[in-house]
Formats: sequence, structure tokens, C-alpha cells
Amino acid sequence: MTGYIIRRVGQSIVVILGVVLITFLLAKLIPGGEAKAVLGPKATPANIAHFNRLNGLDAPIYLQFWRYVEGLFAHLNLGYSYKYNQGVRQVIGERLPKTLTLVGVSTLIALVLAIPLGILQVVRRNKPIDYALTGASFFFYAMPDFLFGTLLIIWFSFDLGWFPVSPPTDSSAWAIFTDPRAFILPVVTLAATTVASFSRYMRSSMMDALAEDYIRTARAKGASNRRVLYGHALRNALIPLLTLLGLSLPAIVSGALIVENVFNYPGMGLLTVQSAFNDDIPVVLGTTLVITVATVIGSLMADILYAVADPRIRLGGGD
Amino acid sequence: MSDPEDINADRIFNDDEARTPLPIGGGPTMTAGQMEEAEAAVPAGGEARSTGTIFRQMARVFRENKLAVAGLGVVVFFILFCFVGPHIYTTNQTNTQLALQNSTNNAPPSSKNPLGTDGSGFDILGRLMFGGQASLIVGFASAFVATVFGTVYGALSGFFGRWLDSLLMRIVDILLSIPVLFLLIALVTIYHQSEILLILVIAFVSWLVPARLIRGETLSLRNREYVQAVRVMGGSRSRIIGRHIIPNSIGTIVVFATFQVADSILLLAALGFLGLGVPAPQTDWGTMLSNGVDAAGNGYWWQIYPAGLCIVLVVVAFNYVGDALRDSLEVRLQQR
Repeated sequence: MTGYIIRRVGQSIVVILGVVLITFLLAKLIPGGEAKAVLGPKATPANIAHFNRLNGLDAPIYLQFWRYVEGLFAHLNLGYSYKYNQGVRQVIGERLPKTLTLVGVSTLIALVLAIPLGILQVVRRNKPIDYALTGASFFFYAMPDFLFGTLLIIWFSFDLGWFPVSPPTDSSAWAIFTDPRAFILPVVTLAATTVASFSRYMRSSMMDALAEDYIRTARAKGASNRRVLYGHALRNALIPLLTLLGLSLPAIVSGALIVENVFNYPGMGLLTVQSAFNDDIPVVLGTTLVITVATVIGSLMADILYAVADPRIRLGGGD
Repeated sequence: MSDPEDINADRIFNDDEARTPLPIGGGPTMTAGQMEEAEAAVPAGGEARSTGTIFRQMARVFRENKLAVAGLGVVVFFILFCFVGPHIYTTNQTNTQLALQNSTNNAPPSSKNPLGTDGSGFDILGRLMFGGQASLIVGFASAFVATVFGTVYGALSGFFGRWLDSLLMRIVDILLSIPVLFLLIALVTIYHQSEILLILVIAFVSWLVPARLIRGETLSLRNREYVQAVRVMGGSRSRIIGRHIIPNSIGTIVVFATFQVADSILLLAALGFLGLGVPAPQTDWGTMLSNGVDAAGNGYWWQIYPAGLCIVLVVVAFNYVGDALRDSLEVRLQQR
């Protein structure tokens, strides 16, 4: 298992370094150059040369990259936002926990709902409830999250008035819990698509497990249907779900960006889109980098859980 | 499952699985292991099939699968609706002054404006056609660019193997780990929106999956006897890739491209919804939806539901078509 974990950690580090390189290159590829993006289109060549000298942009590109990496890892320096007149880290700082809360809560709820739904579909397979749930998961899967969220906000916030239209915008991460009602619709929206795909996966993964030889062995030994289902099939079917969880994280985080914008939820996604409107490239690149690192770490944790949960890996030595 | 190759196979499989909700009441899907077996069983035959055959195969799919016919029907309807429709049902969609001469803004559906008007006085039915043009063009074009680039990239990576393969696939891993909308918005912020740039930017975030899929196919194809035979006869590498490997992967390519059109339309709709879609005076369905939502508190439902419905219908239609095509591929596998 240690071998597996070390390899996965190594892969994650390579991915994170690669993403750092990509955000660095994207900043270098700004049409007209970074200086013009800050100083505006009317900047004189002298101004630009001065700006470049001040910010070390006249150094060779590899040196600039080295300074960028050094600043990132040694000082957590993500650059400077001229629109906010703050470091990008300070701008992002209060937003990140909110997005992580949204993603974490939604994913947990999605798992808690999807697993029993998948089991139910297997137990009652090819019965009306199976078809109904399949239809429902198909519906939620086909429904774009921005449309689903919009419909929820129109129906439940505008028409029925059950939920506030947007959550409290206090700077603390815990402010969202001062009015939990505002938190419900975003979580429902984000969880719906995830439940749809997870429960589908759970269903087919259970079906696969039920077709295995060890299930026949268990039945032959006289294990009850219940024991076969929960003791053998479920435990084996949950393992691939952990892999799916790790792989789905980027998509869930992308969904969070949409949800934050639909519900005016003050997280990384809303910040990214607002900064895109403001042409605030350092903030957009900063949020992209930070959210990707968070996603990679999340996926890594899911994969480590997978290694712990699967005795074939846990006890299998190197692999 | 612990082997990196297996994890890759698993990713492809999962990506497939993510779309699998579509076959309603479908049985268990393949595990990664089965998938590899299936892959190994792909085309056992000799030369590349001529394109005539794949078209005939696709024709058979549509004869047999009602949902696919319905999906194709919806796609054809929307193409006619968006590109022929404006010639039959003429409305002004670029000049607010002219639009307002004919009706007021935010007018509810009436005989004059079957789906009402929006906040600038544009007729919604006409605007759906106008906006649909951008959605469809960007969807098709970016899916095309992504598929072509991904195919060539994946084939090169799989064919040359070794360090080049590792390098190219690490690049794919890295890009795939960035949540797609964040990457998309970063690109849109840096390269200001025009329709062409939107196509390229959406293609840039979409070529990664076909690259992986085609690499997998190439790995299983490159050691086939007929590829070895070409090699022995002195066929060049570009001939092997261009005439044998890519034509033999055409099924995968077509299936992916179909799903990707739906995904690209969705990505553009998401960008439009966020206010980063095609620039004015052009519009797209996502932008229309977003403008409608701004007025949600006023109860102008006709500014929200039609655009939303168009997006969902087109996306579901493409998914049905893609699903049927994929099933046909698997049917072909089973028959061998």
C-alpha cells in the first residue's frame, strides 16, 4: 500500500507543478503582455519598460518562472490584483473555505443519497421503482446545473418565498450558516447531478459485483440474501465508487462555479467570474491555480481512502 | 485497479459511465477488465474499413433504434429552425430601435410575438433562431476541432510510446485536473471573446478525452498483424497512423464527436449564462437564459423557459444519437 500511496502522491505533485507551469504560461501569453493588461492600452513604451523592470518581467523567462515558483511555495505569493489593490492570496483567502464547504457538504449528501438509491435499484431491479429512479437520474443528468438552479430559485425563492434569494455575504466562512436556509438550494443544485451519476454508477457497480464468483460461493455456503447483498456485494461495490469520487471532483468543482453564480454564493467561482468581467487576470489565474490544487488534493485523499478500503491493495504489499 | 494503466482504463470507463444513465433500464456496464478485453477484441480484421461501411452501420443503428431517430429528428429540426427559420419568420435581432417599432419590450406572448419579447424588445421566437445559430455553430465547430486534434495527439502518443507517450499523457492528466469551467474562464478572460476564439477555447478544454481514448485504441491496434505487415512492407509511420490506425478507430471517434457536440453546446450555454458568451449583437441560448433570469423577479417566464428548453432538447438529442452509435459499436464487438 505504501508503494501505491507514494506513487499517487508523486503523481499529484507532478500534476500540481504542471498546473503551476500552465498558469505561469497563461500569464505570459496575455495578448499585448502583462504590463499592458495592468497599465491599459494607452501605456507608453517607457511606462511598460519601467513596469517590466519593477516587476522583474525583463528577466529571462526561466528566471521569471523560478521566481514565480519560489514566491508560490516559499511565500504563498499568488500575485497582486491591481483591481482590488490587494494580494491575490488575500482576495482568495476568505472565499476558499466557502467553496470548500459547498463542495464538501454537497458531495457528502450526494454520497449519502446515491448509495441507498443505487442499492434500492439493484434490489428492485427491473421493477417500476428501478425505472422511475433511472428516469429521474436521467432527468437530473440531462438538466444543465445552471438551468436547474435557475428554476429552483424562481420557483422556491421568487414564487414561493421559502428561501432567501442570496445568502448572507459576510466575510467569515461560517456566515453562511447564520442563515442555513440560504445554503439549501445551492447544495441541492450541486448534489442533484452528482446523485444522478453516483447512483447510476452504484447500480451498475452492484450489478457487476453480484455477477462475481464470490457471490455464488457465498450463496452456496448458505449466506442469507441480506448478507450476500450488504456483506459481500455492497462492500465490493463501494470501492470503485471511491475512485469515481476522486475522478468526479473536478466536475463537481466546476459545478460549484455555476451554482455560486446562480445563487450569488460568495465563493471562488463567483470571484472568478466577477474578476473575468473586471479583466482581473491575476485573480482569475490565482483562483484557477488554488482550486485546482484543492481538487488534486481531494482526489488524492479519495484515492488513498480507496487504497485503505480495498484489502487487495491494503494487504498486497507494493501494489 | 492499482496499476496506473488500469487507472487510465478506469478513467475512460468512468467517463463512459458518466454518460451511461442514458440507456434506460440498461444492464450492468463493463468493468475496466472487460473493457480491455473488448478493446483487444476490437477490429480483428485486416485493412481499414472504407467509410462507406461505417455510414451503412450508422444507417442501421438509426433503423433499429427509435430513440436515436427521435434524437436525430430533433437535431435536424433545430438546424432547420435556426438556419432556415429566420428566412421564413423574419424578425429584427440586431437593432433595438427597429425591434421596438414593432412591439414593446417585455411583451408577453401574443399573436404578434408568439413567444413574447425580451427586455430590449427583440422577438423571442426569432431570437431563439438567431441565438441557436451561435450555439450550434460553436458546438459543432469546437467538437470538430477538439476531436481532430485529440485524435491526432492520441494516435501519436500511443503509436510512438515510450517517453513521448509519458510526456504527452502527463500533459493531458495535468489539464484534466483543472476544473473545466475555471480553465475556460481563465482562457476567455485572457483572449477576449469572439465567436472564433470561443470555438478554439472550448476545443482547448475538450480535446483531452478523445486524446486518451484514441491513445488506448492505438495501443491495442499498433501491434496487430496487419500493422506489422505494413511495417514489413516498408509502409511509413504516417501511413500506418493515417491509413490504418485512425480509420480503425473511426467508430470511437464518431461516438466521441457526437457526445462532444452536446458538451460543447452546454459549455457555451454555461459561459453565456455567466455573461461570458458570444459578444453582442450576436447572442446564444445561454446568454438569453441569463438575460431572462435577470428579470426573473418580474415573472417574465417566456424569457426563461424557451431558451432553457432549447438547450436541454438539443443536448439530450445529441446524447441519444451518441448513445445509439456507441451501442452499435458494442453490438459489432459482440458479433465478432
